[in-house]
Amino acid sequence: MNASANDSSNKLVLLPMAPLMACADPDSEIPLCPPRLDQAFVTGSVAGTPGRIPQVSSDLTGCDRWGSIKARWGVGRMHYAVDPGLYALGSPDESSPVLVTANYKMTFDCLREALPGRNVWILVLDTDGINVWCAAGKGTFGTEELIRRITASSLKDVVKHRNLILPQLGAPGVSAHLVRKQSGFKVHYGPILAQDVAAYLDAGLKATAEMRRKAFPLRERAVLIPIEIVAVLKPAMIIIPILLLIGGFGGSGGFVQSMTHDGIFSIIAFLCAIFSGAVLTPLLLPYLPGRAFTTKGIAVGLPVAIGLLYAWGGDLRSWREILLGGAWLLMIPAFSAYLAMNFTGASTYTSLSGVKREMSWALPLEIGAGLSGFAMLLVSRFF
Amino acid sequence: MKNLIYLRDVVTLKVDSDKCTGCGMCLEVCPHGVLAIDEKRVLIRNRDACMECGACSLNCPVGAVSVEAGVGCAAAVINGMLNRESASCGCFVDPKNPSAGKVGGTCCS
Repeated sequence: MNASANDSSNKLVLLPMAPLMACADPDSEIPLCPPRLDQAFVTGSVAGTPGRIPQVSSDLTGCDRWGSIKARWGVGRMHYAVDPGLYALGSPDESSPVLVTANYKMTFDCLREALPGRNVWILVLDTDGINVWCAAGKGTFGTEELIRRITASSLKDVVKHRNLILPQLGAPGVSAHLVRKQSGFKVHYGPILAQDVAAYLDAGLKATAEMRRKAFPLRERAVLIPIEIVAVLKPAMIIIPILLLIGGFGGSGGFVQSMTHDGIFSIIAFLCAIFSGAVLTPLLLPYLPGRAFTTKGIAVGLPVAIGLLYAWGGDLRSWREILLGGAWLLMIPAFSAYLAMNFTGASTYTSLSGVKREMSWALPLEIGAGLSGFAMLLVSRFF
Repeated sequence: MKNLIYLRDVVTLKVDSDKCTGCGMCLEVCPHGVLAIDEKRVLIRNRDACMECGACSLNCPVGAVSVEAGVGCAAAVINGMLNRESASCGCFVDPKNPSAGKVGGTCCS
């Protein structure tokens, strides 16, 4: 038996009420707390060494699904986590496979939902409630945490084999040969998607080439749209009243009349820019020209701007209207391009070197066009 | 649907085929089919598809693959330039390693 695992169990017996803070400290000498049995999604427990191991089901409740929907809209998203540690899905035994995942609850739910009727162990790493791929890039889904969690959960006493199945997208944080050297467990990289795990297990831990390729299909791009919109809400709440006020100045009529005409137009134009960069660009991504996201954002933003001006039917007879229209002809593509550029982080195929190269020309262009447009908007109020 | 490919000739991926033992680990972890093995030696098949995630180099037991790993997230790069940990988008940068541009927020959905 493993000496450190024994140490852990002894200390756990001595400190059953160890404060949560001690568990949360990764540098602490005190062993990490096992996952709590009173978490809402835990359905029971199985005997473990030491104590009880929480048992979960592959059936998601309405509460689990509502939590995912809220997280997609940014509600409670940064604290949507399960306790790290070992869980039993169904009734696994000492020869059942061990699947490793992150403690983002949406990730954990996605994995168990994909394994109905299976009996497996799920080892949840502490990734601060971040999904596997992002946490791997950050290193929290990493070699060190994996080894620490193997020890803390006494995994060597729970299973007799020495195999772990990790999601392939955990590989940017985990060094398989180092894990083997330091823990004795062999890392097998499973498929990218949880939905392929069952097929991977049935094939004797073999993934097809297709399971190992990260695509970025329409559905995956679409679910990211809410969080993109939520991200621009806060600045929008400041910008919209400012646009309304600016619209009120100048013009032939009074303040309110100008505001309801030019001010409202500015707000619609601004919302079109958000729609263009945060909704249309992600949806149309593979079909837009150019490789840089900025180019794609302009490719959507410019037609949207032209379409809006056309629909507005602005007489474009006065300098005020020409300047106002011109201002948004610059600002809509600029905002759209900026939002599109920020979608690089949500995309599945951009490199840091590439993003830095794109930003070197795109950021000055976006800021330049945005400020020029804003200047035109201000000047338009004097005609 | 055609495969999405980012910018040309920009990634820092390098392979040293003399060190390679042909174990194939790098091919297994790569999410974009960038690498191939020919006569038990690694080679770069599709350089522009590389996203510099670093999985290949971290999992190569003999150090035959190298890449300056990072996350291609513009919001994180901007946060790094502004020297702040969090922004309205919810992205945050690892304070210990801001240049790596690490992330939560839109980057981590």
